[in-house]
Amino acid sequence: MSRGKLWEKLRPYVMIGPAMIGIGLFVIYPLFYLIYLSLFKFNLMNRNMSKFVGLDNYIQILGRQDFYKSLTNTVVYTAGVVILTLALSLLIAVWLSKRTRVNAIVQAGIFTPHIISIVSVSLIWLWMMEPSLGFLNYILKGLGLPTSQWLQSSKSAMMSIIIVSVWQAIGYYTLILVAALQGVSPTIYEAAALDNASKVKVFRKITLPLISPQLFFILIIMTIGSFKVFDTVKIMTGGGPNNATNTLVYYIYSYRTTNIGYAAAAGVVLMIIIGILTIIYFRLMAKKVHYQ
Amino acid sequence: MKKHNNIWLTVDTVLKVVILLAFIFPFLWMISTSLQTLEETMKFPPTILPEVPQWLNFVDAMTSGPFATYARNSLIVTISVIIIQLLVMIPAAYAFAKYEFFGKNVLFALVLIAFMIPGQLTFIPIYLMMADWGLIKTLLPQILPFMSNAFGIFLLRQYFMQIPEEIIEAARLDNANEFKIMWKIMVPMSKPALATVALFSFVSHWNDYFWPLVMTDSNEVRPLTLGISMLRETEGISNWHIIMAGNVVLVVPILIVYLFCSKQIVRAFVYSGIK
Repeated sequence: MSRGKLWEKLRPYVMIGPAMIGIGLFVIYPLFYLIYLSLFKFNLMNRNMSKFVGLDNYIQILGRQDFYKSLTNTVVYTAGVVILTLALSLLIAVWLSKRTRVNAIVQAGIFTPHIISIVSVSLIWLWMMEPSLGFLNYILKGLGLPTSQWLQSSKSAMMSIIIVSVWQAIGYYTLILVAALQGVSPTIYEAAALDNASKVKVFRKITLPLISPQLFFILIIMTIGSFKVFDTVKIMTGGGPNNATNTLVYYIYSYRTTNIGYAAAAGVVLMIIIGILTIIYFRLMAKKVHYQ
Repeated sequence: MKKHNNIWLTVDTVLKVVILLAFIFPFLWMISTSLQTLEETMKFPPTILPEVPQWLNFVDAMTSGPFATYARNSLIVTISVIIIQLLVMIPAAYAFAKYEFFGKNVLFALVLIAFMIPGQLTFIPIYLMMADWGLIKTLLPQILPFMSNAFGIFLLRQYFMQIPEEIIEAARLDNANEFKIMWKIMVPMSKPALATVALFSFVSHWNDYFWPLVMTDSNEVRPLTLGISMLRETEGISNWHIIMAGNVVLVVPILIVYLFCSKQIVRAFVYSGIK
């Protein structure tokens, strides 16, 4: 083979090389490393003291109340965020889907929190939700409603975190749904109008099926995203009060230096959950979703 | 009938203003608080506007820690990530779009898988790797893991695939080599995609909190987000006027970028979703 020919064969691999090295080194390899770590009682200070313990870390996890607590919290959080965000952003998207100047401004406005750091968003809401001086309780009082302890009571802390996450996410999903709604061909609606179909019926029978690919896509992204919740919890509650907001990633984080093998095993559990979710959703998408 | 319509239009507009306020007001509240005195923040009902704007709050916030270092770190990390990502992803996207080679589909599937795997799964192993390489005291743990931007490779590949083969063939007939075709033809024609990826990376890395939190253990390498989040410890939990002043410093650069290219940013985020 001449040198030119050989180069032509090798060229694609050279071009994708750096990208593949990055993916291999910082995505694929760490996943296997994580599984490997989960089989050890790992000693960070003195690695030689690390001991292979087989599935001990997993057995320990499955027997621990605090792990189930964090798992349950994560599921509650995910359900709350997904349902509220999906319902509200669909409502707002339908409402703002006409191409007008006012709608464009409102869309840009509700999208703003999405590009702001979660640090700022958390700190602002921490201040707004301050029980004795905060603005939210001031509003509630003004409206004659009972005030709340928000993040400082184990009863309302999870709800408060959900509110903040929904608030930050709505703008993004509204934009995606607006784009989806505007993508539905007007001739379809005209045909429905000729048939004298009611607005509700048109929405249920035409609009919803036509935007179902985007709805399913949103479901995947939101569910997986919610399972990774960490930043708001770390900044606003530190998992408290009384573990009421301790979520899976926060749980992994809190053992990351003291018991690496155990944290890795919890990480593998999260990996399995995310993997299953991804597969389920892709299956559902292939089956149910309407493709035009 | 006409009157009926007018009422609905008014209700509609009022509701839109209310919604807009629900998303904008917290930021205005942050700015107002950042200019108040401690006494004003302690009043209930809350002080809406400070009597005399307390500009010194910003000085207090910024001198409570090594904020010049934090800001420098944020800038270095964000800019390096964007440059490295572009250099890595342009040739990769070009190869995936325009060449046929053995293993192409498997390798591209790997890119898509990489896309689904979050840093929350990989941070422990990567921290140990960085520690082994002796890099924990540098900014590299915040830069290197992001060298391959799977979303960017995917998006850019789509763009490259749409560029007609004839243009490339014509260039080849003119004796342009592949490198020249990539940089002089493909890249200029894909500017919108490149801008999209760069903006998305800028916003996500400037704002990032989780990754620097788990990759750093000294202030010399911490970015602005960590510095601001630590204000609650350094300034006291109830010094909201100082905390909000620090917060304004973190938010303003992004808001300025958003004001000037809100269209591109919105597009960047919507694209990143559509994948």
